[in-house]
Amino acid sequence: MSKKIFGKPRYLKDAVFHYCPGCGHSIIHRLVAEVFDELDIGDRVIGVPPAGCAVLAYNYLDVDMGEAAHGRGAAVATGIKRVLPDRVVFTYQGDGDIAAIGTAETIHAANRGEDITVIFVNNGVYGMTGGQMAPTTLLGQNSTTTPGGRDRSRDGRPLDLSRMLALTGGSAYIERTAVHTPKHIRRTKKALTKAFKVQMQGLGFSLVEIVSQCPTNWKMSPVDACRWIEKTMLSAYPLQVLKDEVGDI
Amino acid sequence: MTEKQLMRGSHVIGEAAVRAGCRFYAGYPITPQNELTEYMSEIMDRTHGGTFVQAESELAAVNMIIGASMAGARVMTSSSSPGISLKQEGISYLAAQELPAVIVNTMRGGPGLGNIAPSQGDYFQATRGGGHGDYRNIVLAPASGQELADLTRTAFGYADRYRTPVMILGDGMMGQMMEPVTFPDPMDPAELPGKPWKLDGARNRQSRVILSLLLDTAVEEELNWKLFRKYEAITREIPSAETFLTGDARLVVIAYGTAARIAKGAVKALREKGFRVGLVRPVTLWPFPDRVIQDMSRTVHDFFTFEMSTGQMVEDVRLALEGRGRIHFYGRPGGTIPTPDEIAGVIHTLYDRRRLGGIP
Repeated sequence: MSKKIFGKPRYLKDAVFHYCPGCGHSIIHRLVAEVFDELDIGDRVIGVPPAGCAVLAYNYLDVDMGEAAHGRGAAVATGIKRVLPDRVVFTYQGDGDIAAIGTAETIHAANRGEDITVIFVNNGVYGMTGGQMAPTTLLGQNSTTTPGGRDRSRDGRPLDLSRMLALTGGSAYIERTAVHTPKHIRRTKKALTKAFKVQMQGLGFSLVEIVSQCPTNWKMSPVDACRWIEKTMLSAYPLQVLKDEVGDI
Repeated sequence: MTEKQLMRGSHVIGEAAVRAGCRFYAGYPITPQNELTEYMSEIMDRTHGGTFVQAESELAAVNMIIGASMAGARVMTSSSSPGISLKQEGISYLAAQELPAVIVNTMRGGPGLGNIAPSQGDYFQATRGGGHGDYRNIVLAPASGQELADLTRTAFGYADRYRTPVMILGDGMMGQMMEPVTFPDPMDPAELPGKPWKLDGARNRQSRVILSLLLDTAVEEELNWKLFRKYEAITREIPSAETFLTGDARLVVIAYGTAARIAKGAVKALREKGFRVGLVRPVTLWPFPDRVIQDMSRTVHDFFTFEMSTGQMVEDVRLALEGRGRIHFYGRPGGTIPTPDEIAGVIHTLYDRRRLGGIP
């Protein structure tokens, strides 16, 4: 008698990911679908994809999804959740979407303590538009709009949005994780599970920032991209629980 | 139907919205429409299932109503000119995603920050879509307290029927004015027709997506044609205008909203002196009531458009007439409110100059 140890989660459609080889989005999509499965919430989830690489998340996640304009995910999610408070509402946003054009919507949704879950994928660049500087781009990091590397006096310093959100009164749980190793992938899944549980118990705003690899725009091999996260990116974005007002749930 | 009650225009819209089943409102402070936002905060608080959110910006407010509309609620947001410019992003998405919503614009003097006085400078923005892309909004222009109540209910009906944003275009005067109003009985949101497209979780059904990103040009083209066919149906089905003393008129005044009230005063005064003048008041600005004006051009040759702007609706009058009449224009932009006497004087001069006669 063989035992099944791995399978395609129920809430992942039969579709081939369009993401580049080595991209973190495919891993994160699978984790999200697994969490829906394990919490048995897939038939009451409503998701809000961003403008960015993950805009096509609805081609993969088999749950109701309503597309938001660039950066407006938290406002759209607020509207959905306030009308349907017993559903589970999440946004899935990249760093340009959430930490530049959507800063205001995100901070105020967190501060109001909206019972939504935000999945914030931080790869330090605008991916879909071809690798421009994001608010999260590291100092010295090359991008198509910082050809000599990000310069602190010209371009400003990297923005740690999650830390800012932790300061708001309405945020209940904020953790930063990564998906460049199996160990970190498992940790990310735990964080996602907790974030959705926080919402289901009505405890407030929850967010998981996932530091993720973008080999294409970083112009690295997938393996080098994972190494670069460990060696460089995590020193600017240390993996930690930035806020936890709920404890074990 | 309620008893007649004296109410401020802004409050009338709020009361009528909730009676039409509106259960989600998001807004942001801006003069001269704060009374509506304040009224919504109070009425939603005592309405079962009602939600009021004071948003952090106009952008956030319009995106909140997008989410609430996706979830199936009747939704409304409101603002005044500069704030409506910010909402245009969301209005374009509402059109693309075919989401019902009501947007109230209490117009003020502009461009830029302008002032807080009544104006009609946003006609182009309202009737031409306003945001990016190939779309239209239904635009309703009330001219009295009672019409604010009636058209607010109509707006929610059109929004649902056509799955499209509907704008109520008023101004600071309409918002502040107190007039007697009766309201129809409240509608129960649970008894409204279902929305088989809404997002409420894929329980015992396939998952749904509401999107506006259509990378395949053939698919985007098809959406545009689908919207076009919808706009054609709207153009056939809902144009509306009030006509006043136009039967024997030799000169017809065309004005909407507050300008139409002023013009009506002028027309009444001139009639008393024997001038054969009448008024057409478009109630739908988009679709524009072309037919009413076209039909009139068989007997009337002089059309006088009056607007509280330098001339925007006059372009639609010109398009409606297609050369079949002489078009005159008088405007007072920037938040100035002319008196009926001033307008009567302008019409009198024009009437004489055109030798329209008929005065005993």
